[in-house]
Amino acid sequence: MTGRNARNCNKNYLKYVRALDPPTKHFKNCLAAFGVGGLICTIGQFFRYMLEYAGLSGDELAGTVSVILIFFGCLLTGLGVYDRIGRHAGAGSIVPITGFANSVTSPAIEFNTEGYIYGTAAKMFTVAGAIIVYGVFSGAIVGIIYYLL
Amino acid sequence: MLGSEILSILLMYIKAFTVGGAICVIAQIIINLTSLTSGKILVFFMLAGVVLTALGLYQPLVDFAGAGATVPISGFGYLLANGAIKGAEKGLFYAVTGSLSAASAGVTAAVVFSFIMSLLFHSKTKRS
Repeated sequence: MTGRNARNCNKNYLKYVRALDPPTKHFKNCLAAFGVGGLICTIGQFFRYMLEYAGLSGDELAGTVSVILIFFGCLLTGLGVYDRIGRHAGAGSIVPITGFANSVTSPAIEFNTEGYIYGTAAKMFTVAGAIIVYGVFSGAIVGIIYYLL
Repeated sequence: MLGSEILSILLMYIKAFTVGGAICVIAQIIINLTSLTSGKILVFFMLAGVVLTALGLYQPLVDFAGAGATVPISGFGYLLANGAIKGAEKGLFYAVTGSLSAASAGVTAAVVFSFIMSLLFHSKTKRS
């Protein structure tokens, strides 16, 4: 079975699988994402006020808040708590900066067994690498455009 | 006097919660409709942050919602683009390097803490 025949078969199979899938609970998912995502941002705002009170401001303030949230993201991932939150919260745990931390720590721990160089260190950037590549690339473009303007 | 200050802080928390939650809901809707993986969602939202900041549309959101706009990954894009825009005022060299300089705190924190966690925890302890 090759070519179009196989493709048809594949399409039929996918249709069959989708029919058996339990329906996605859109509303419930969105509510969970809103609650958890909002809560993480509120915690971020809390640290913002605390550090502002301690005398930080500007870039230092924003950066320190990120570092604190990333620390908790990494710690909760290490403890295995973050993945359990993520199963219910979906995008609410992916999109905040703690989700970025999770995407770095998770493979770092998982590939520990493959050694510290090719395991932990290399696999750390499976997702974060993509973010840094496109972030730095688009950032450089924005910088050059603003320089030329 | 003190009452109004407390009220404004409380309002800021509500704004941060609502805007941060709304950004996550947008991502959740995209995931529900397209079943994109989390890595792609992170990259797209970061890029959206860069583009919106470059167009001058993200700064008002940051002024309005504070951490509600800076904590989601689009805030990381905001940080990158903002660094590049600020660097562009100083010259071409800083225009190109400004974005990564601005993001250095986040990247360093993620790498250092993740490495420490990988020393402390092992994949066996990951409960499923």
